[in-house]
Amino acid sequence: MGRRDEWLDLPGDPTVDGVDRRDFVKVCMMAAAALGLPAATGVKWAEAAEAGLKPSVIWLHFQECTGCTESLLRTSHPGLDKLILDMVSLDYHETLFAAAGHQIEAALHDAVAKGGYVCVVEGAIPTKEDGIYCQIAGRTAIDILQEVGGNAAAVIAIGSCASWGGIPSADPNPTGAVGAQEILKDKTVINLPGCPSNPYNFLGVVLQFATMGTLPALDDEGRPLFAYGRTIHEHCPRRAHFDAGRFVRQFGDDGHNLGYCLFAMGCKGPETYANCSTLHFNEVPDAWPIGIGAPCFGCTTKGVGFTKPLFQEAALPPNYVPPIHPSDQRGPITPGWAGVVGLATGAAVGGALMASKKLGEGETEGS
Amino acid sequence: MSMDRRTLLKGLAVAGAGAVAPVEASEKYAEAPEDAVGMLYDATRCIGCQACVTACKTANNLPGNRYNPPEDLSGETKNIIRLYQDGDESSYVKSQCMHCVDPGCANACMIGAFKKREYGIVTWDPDRCIGCRYCQVACPYNIPKFQWNTGVPLIVKCELCNHIIHDPDTGTLREGALPGCCQACPKEAVIFGRYTDLIEDAKQRIAERPERYWGPDGEPKIFGLTDGGGTQVLYLADLSFEKLGLPTLGDHGTAKQAREIQHGIYRGFIAPVALYGVLGLVMWRNNRAAKKEEG
Amino acid sequence: MASHSHAQPVGGPLNKKFVTFMVIFLGIWAAVLLYRFIYGIGVVSGLTDYYPWGVWIAFDVVTGTALACGGYAVAILCYILNKGKYHPLVRPALLTSALGYSMAGLAIVIDVGRWWGVWRIPLGGFPDMGSYNWDSALLEVALCVMAYVGVLWIELGPAFLEKWQSTSKNSALVGFARAGLKFYDKALIWIIALGVLLPTMHQSSLGTLMLLAGQKLHGLWYTPWIPLLFLISCVGMGYSVVVWESSLSTRLFKRQREDDMLTGLSGAMVVIVSLYLVLRFADLIISGKTSMMFTSGWLSIVFWVEIGLFAFPLWMLMNKQRRSQFPVMLRASILLMLAGAMYRFDTYITAYQPAPGQTYFPSFLEIFVTFGVIALEISMYYFIVKRYPILGGATAEGAAE
Repeated sequence: MGRRDEWLDLPGDPTVDGVDRRDFVKVCMMAAAALGLPAATGVKWAEAAEAGLKPSVIWLHFQECTGCTESLLRTSHPGLDKLILDMVSLDYHETLFAAAGHQIEAALHDAVAKGGYVCVVEGAIPTKEDGIYCQIAGRTAIDILQEVGGNAAAVIAIGSCASWGGIPSADPNPTGAVGAQEILKDKTVINLPGCPSNPYNFLGVVLQFATMGTLPALDDEGRPLFAYGRTIHEHCPRRAHFDAGRFVRQFGDDGHNLGYCLFAMGCKGPETYANCSTLHFNEVPDAWPIGIGAPCFGCTTKGVGFTKPLFQEAALPPNYVPPIHPSDQRGPITPGWAGVVGLATGAAVGGALMASKKLGEGETEGS
Repeated sequence: MSMDRRTLLKGLAVAGAGAVAPVEASEKYAEAPEDAVGMLYDATRCIGCQACVTACKTANNLPGNRYNPPEDLSGETKNIIRLYQDGDESSYVKSQCMHCVDPGCANACMIGAFKKREYGIVTWDPDRCIGCRYCQVACPYNIPKFQWNTGVPLIVKCELCNHIIHDPDTGTLREGALPGCCQACPKEAVIFGRYTDLIEDAKQRIAERPERYWGPDGEPKIFGLTDGGGTQVLYLADLSFEKLGLPTLGDHGTAKQAREIQHGIYRGFIAPVALYGVLGLVMWRNNRAAKKEEG
Repeated sequence: MASHSHAQPVGGPLNKKFVTFMVIFLGIWAAVLLYRFIYGIGVVSGLTDYYPWGVWIAFDVVTGTALACGGYAVAILCYILNKGKYHPLVRPALLTSALGYSMAGLAIVIDVGRWWGVWRIPLGGFPDMGSYNWDSALLEVALCVMAYVGVLWIELGPAFLEKWQSTSKNSALVGFARAGLKFYDKALIWIIALGVLLPTMHQSSLGTLMLLAGQKLHGLWYTPWIPLLFLISCVGMGYSVVVWESSLSTRLFKRQREDDMLTGLSGAMVVIVSLYLVLRFADLIISGKTSMMFTSGWLSIVFWVEIGLFAFPLWMLMNKQRRSQFPVMLRASILLMLAGAMYRFDTYITAYQPAPGQTYFPSFLEIFVTFGVIALEISMYYFIVKRYPILGGATAEGAAE
């Protein structure tokens, strides 16, 4: 661990060293940089967190695998988990809480009553049979979300399940699983799809809300544009291979070993909107599907991940393709030049006729 | 109808020369060679990624790349993907040499720079070309391109990557070697293979999903089976081939007709020799008569 | 052949202004050509991959050789049909032909991209011999044109030999000339027969060329009869050249005009042009393209203008009385020349539609190069008639014989 941290030039092991202010600010700045914000924003976040302006966070788990939480915890970044806990006041989280039972339900109740919190939803919400397929403390997921989410200052749906149903909603969708937005129809839900969602995107949204009280600009599916504005394909490190027509044809073939494009293996990069290709997971270079030679399966995009067959080629985004009948290679006839030539031809013909007249007359007279 | 005119013209030419030699049709390129290879392009599979365009340039060592995409076939582009779009209808289409069974270019070329070679591949030989560009006139698909901006121009045209797939030492096809475009295509929208296999493949695709393909009167059509006398590159599409920029040709290439007329006139060189003899004799007699008058 | 004995050099000094102008003009022309040979055809022409053949081919070669067929037309009339009646016209017509064909050859060298390989064509594709592609109409054209250029200059040989025989101070040259003339006395008719055969072959083949364009050539022009139509219209153009040549020569060099012969020629033209029109329309009607004549948009207009250019002079020459009038002849010949030229331009450029949205229009330099070729031809004609016995009919008696 220590060696890898040195290699990555990251701050020391927090479990040994604790987190000093310098490291903390640095982490905030990196988070800001990941979101394309100026370094000063990171400093601002750090200051806000230090000043104790920690937003309250309520983290709800529904139909999910806890993968999003796990990936958040497994960031190799020193103590990112701890930082989140330090930077936000995590008032309710079923995985991380030491408490259980009535104790934790009371905590939830208190936090909701206080208001002004951020509600993070992880997991899809089953709606069939009145939502009986997921119940906590005797209440259905629908009930819980409607209460907690409805009262929240902001709702963040983390992971594909919470964003649009994810795996639980895959065909035939036995539990009628839907995303958080479907339940909270009147509220703006920030969707952070992904399986798992990239922790940095989550961090950026939470910190922006914590420090500036604003939420990022969203696309029409409620995804922050800073992270989901472009396709994987647009910034894929293997894009050059795509453009040159060098494709992996079979896992383990020469092209695969050489890191060729995985499009022909069913990579959904061209239709998947996410920033995985520029922001790899857990600060480990190439820690993302395409980086390790696996095709992107489109987890962040509804209708692609868990829906399209794994090895079916993706639809390409509109691209420039020349039209079937190319325009004139040398430009159309310029009217001026055509006129000049026309006049010249006309003059020549006219001149010839005149000359013929003259010649004819002359000859008639002469003969 | 056209048969009538042809026959009439031949009759005129032959009668004019005073020779009655029968004119038989030139059946030189009636069918593709037995070992012919070719390509099958399925426009319904093409996704317009243009990987084949770049791959072609790489395989043939031509300048230009994906980041400065060509607009048309040219002196530095042998293969191109273009888009037909009209309202909701759209289709990509690939253009490259069709490797005609009866190629107009080879028919036009004076000292055989264009040749239909082993496996029916139509190739171009710079050593024999004088740059007259008759091939460009003769090609119904406007495929051969000329390098206009150099003092030492070449004709540029797809040769089915002959240098890759064909081993000149053994005269056989290299095992597993593919033309650049077929190698690159991620969707197998263009595939390389034996001509007969490709026809089978195309027919099978049509049999499996007839609704996917276009054809006159709803009957799915393989372009190149008979068009212009047949082409070794076959096309399948879900729009009419005319919309995709392919010409409407009869079942015989223009090459065949031109050859018939040309050979009809010059068959065995009988007509010219006979005409020459007649001309000479008439003039000789006239001359003698004139001299007698003078004398 | 008794004709040559009456031809005389025009003589006199060369016109200084004319020579100065030509030298400057041709100097600029040579510079443009140098530019073309270094940087390629694209830099001086408006040609594209869709229109690989432009004015250089359509005018300099196809129309140019057809105009140069004056020699061909006169040879047919003189030696085949009229037993030597038109002899005084033969040499000027032959000279125009020889120059016209030589210039067409020059234009081809300018036009082809890999011109350094042209020499391999007469040599059977040397070094790999026998690589001729006999399917190619262009090969036939190339061989015929090359041969015909040679034949034309050989036909003209007596003019040079006579000059050398009578004026040279070099006794060897005089001897050569004498022997040569003796040879010509025997062989000339067979050479002239060749000189009739070759144009018959390649003028029709110039039409055959466009058969390969197939569907790219508009239906009103695409017909299997193209070879025949090209051949016939070329004869009409040859006639025009003869009329003009005769007129200009008499005018400029104060020679006697051969009115009777020209009237005879005009009569022949009525038959030729009628045949052309009948064939043209018969083909369109037989092949069911009748409606095309009216439904092809602006190409219909082009078609009818072209037909008009053939039909109007035909009407002018129909009347026996009218066609004996020289001005009528001149005007009719201009129209016929235009008609033939337009037919060739239409077939090679206007009605050639390789792909939708593609157009061609010659660039300035392209036209300039063409003018340069014509200027060179005029200069050479001027120089040769001044120095060598080309123009005949110095006296009425001479011509009447």
